[in-house]
Amino acid sequence: MGLELQGITKAVSGEPWLYGIDVTFERGLNVLAGPTLAGKTTLMRIAAGLERPDDGKLILDGEDLTGVSVRKRDVAFVYQEFINYPSISVTKNIASPLVRSGDFSEQQIKDRVAELAELLKLGPYLDRLPGELSGGQKQRVAIARALAKKSKLLILDEPLANLDYKLREELREELEAVFTQEDAIVLYSTTEPQEALAFSSHTVIMNEGRILQMGPAITAYRQPGNATVARVFSDPPMNLIPAKQAGSQLVLTGAAKGPRPQHFHEIEISDLLIGIFPHQVKLERQSIDDFEVVGRVALAELTGSETFLHVQTESGRLVAQLSGVHTRPLDEEVRVYLPSTALFAFDSSTENLLRSPEVSDFAHG
Amino acid sequence: MSKTFSFRRFGMSFYFILLMLPIYWMVSMSVQPNEDILGSFQWFPSNFTLDNYRTIFTDSSWYSGYINSIQYTLMNTVFSLTVALPAAYAFSRYSFAGDNQLFFWLLTNRMAPPAVFLLPMFTLFQSFGILDTTLAVALAHMLFNVPLSVWILEGFISGIPRSIDETAAIDGYSFPRFFIRVLIPLIKSGIGVAAFFCFMFSWVELLFARTLTAAEAKPIAVTMTRTVGASGVDWGLLTAAGSLTLIPGVIVIWFVRKHIATGFALGRV
Repeated sequence: MGLELQGITKAVSGEPWLYGIDVTFERGLNVLAGPTLAGKTTLMRIAAGLERPDDGKLILDGEDLTGVSVRKRDVAFVYQEFINYPSISVTKNIASPLVRSGDFSEQQIKDRVAELAELLKLGPYLDRLPGELSGGQKQRVAIARALAKKSKLLILDEPLANLDYKLREELREELEAVFTQEDAIVLYSTTEPQEALAFSSHTVIMNEGRILQMGPAITAYRQPGNATVARVFSDPPMNLIPAKQAGSQLVLTGAAKGPRPQHFHEIEISDLLIGIFPHQVKLERQSIDDFEVVGRVALAELTGSETFLHVQTESGRLVAQLSGVHTRPLDEEVRVYLPSTALFAFDSSTENLLRSPEVSDFAHG
Repeated sequence: MSKTFSFRRFGMSFYFILLMLPIYWMVSMSVQPNEDILGSFQWFPSNFTLDNYRTIFTDSSWYSGYINSIQYTLMNTVFSLTVALPAAYAFSRYSFAGDNQLFFWLLTNRMAPPAVFLLPMFTLFQSFGILDTTLAVALAHMLFNVPLSVWILEGFISGIPRSIDETAAIDGYSFPRFFIRVLIPLIKSGIGVAAFFCFMFSWVELLFARTLTAAEAKPIAVTMTRTVGASGVDWGLLTAAGSLTLIPGVIVIWFVRKHIATGFALGRV
């Protein structure tokens, strides 16, 4: 049961956009996460029936839907842009899928619109045209219309991407409540790891037309299957530094060597890729085992409460996410410290995860 | 009031007067008897008369000219838009082999001198037996009104996101219903602008209108040439008829003036 995609491929003008996607989406919320051009939108459009896959099958609750016209499917779709019918009122917009289906009485339609208006706080705007609403309200109308029919499959393609931060948070919380009520397969895509983590539900991480990892969002964050997931599913991306194991020592390229971290024991491979989240990089030494990296300030981005310090080192650019304001002149020499307990180890040839830090170390991250 | 403002107002007024003078002159001539027109110069008509207009409205050979012109102009506008709307949608939404070439070729129809098409059309309509009907003129005018309408409407349709088409499909709209209920209301302005141009070009066109008609479907512009006779030109009647030909244009402009501005803003007019 659920929505099953089997070996879905898609190429656009000769360029492959999806490479044989195999995935099953169960009832409830499924988050598709990944950067732009990961193929999320293409996959969702194929799932909805707006596009045909070049190859592969689409099975919804045991019924093969590959090639069935979108008009004959029980599906709802919310776009990143706020798409409504501009020439009819909010009420008529929300009611339109119900009216079209012809299965509902006038009273049922009225009740359903009232219910959705209540749910999505659209009560005062029901008689307005979509053009007379703010961005957030427009998207609420689009979501209400998508929910109206109680479709088996509800697809939202980055629905909050065009909203400002505050509205996004507000609407995201409301959506979470709405999704738990719905007995539908919900597909929700986002480019932001934070959003996927906030939903804390089944997450599929995609990059460049492939699925990299599936499972709970927090697992993907704490135990990224490979270095690409670690880069894609963290913002700012995880820092990756080539390193070598020599006896009981770990030598980071361009950094002082130090004793091999406790959780790295049993790793036999000598060429490693060491990962560390930007928020774990410190300006002061916390412990004798910390790895010291010397570099020069390349950029200091202030966000108000935090500073993203970009440090150019011998092994590439490191980003440190520091709390508070740290103004640093460009090109100044700076020393940053990488706590050994917070390091991830990836195999440098396959980039697969070898070891991740103990979970308790995230608590005081 | 600043100096520049009053200067500007003066300049605009002067320009407006220059612009309106010929029209004033025509209207003023149309309410004078011929002797006054040919007599001494006068700014205002001294012997005001509506006789010229009376002749036009009572003599069927005159007013049928107006009816014919309005008939083929309206027919042409409706036909052109009916054909151009689906075509514009196809050009906007689908890519097919040679779509760009076809689009350009449509426009080049407008560039060819109409006389080129005249003879083939004449023989074609003759074999169909529709010569000297308003239908013949309406069809002939589609030759240049359809490409123009397609071009204008394509611009407007391309301004509507494709996601609206898809949303309508998802919501269960059949294609014709989507087209009529969703798309057409969204491109009202474009349809208004296209209709305006169809109407105007068809209304003022003389070559096709004259050649494809004889007696039954004679348009007003042809009827007006009757005022030139052996005894000279009937100036009063000619100007009265001329004044009346302005009216449909004024009415159409009044209705589409807002949409024309939108059309200009979208860069397709």
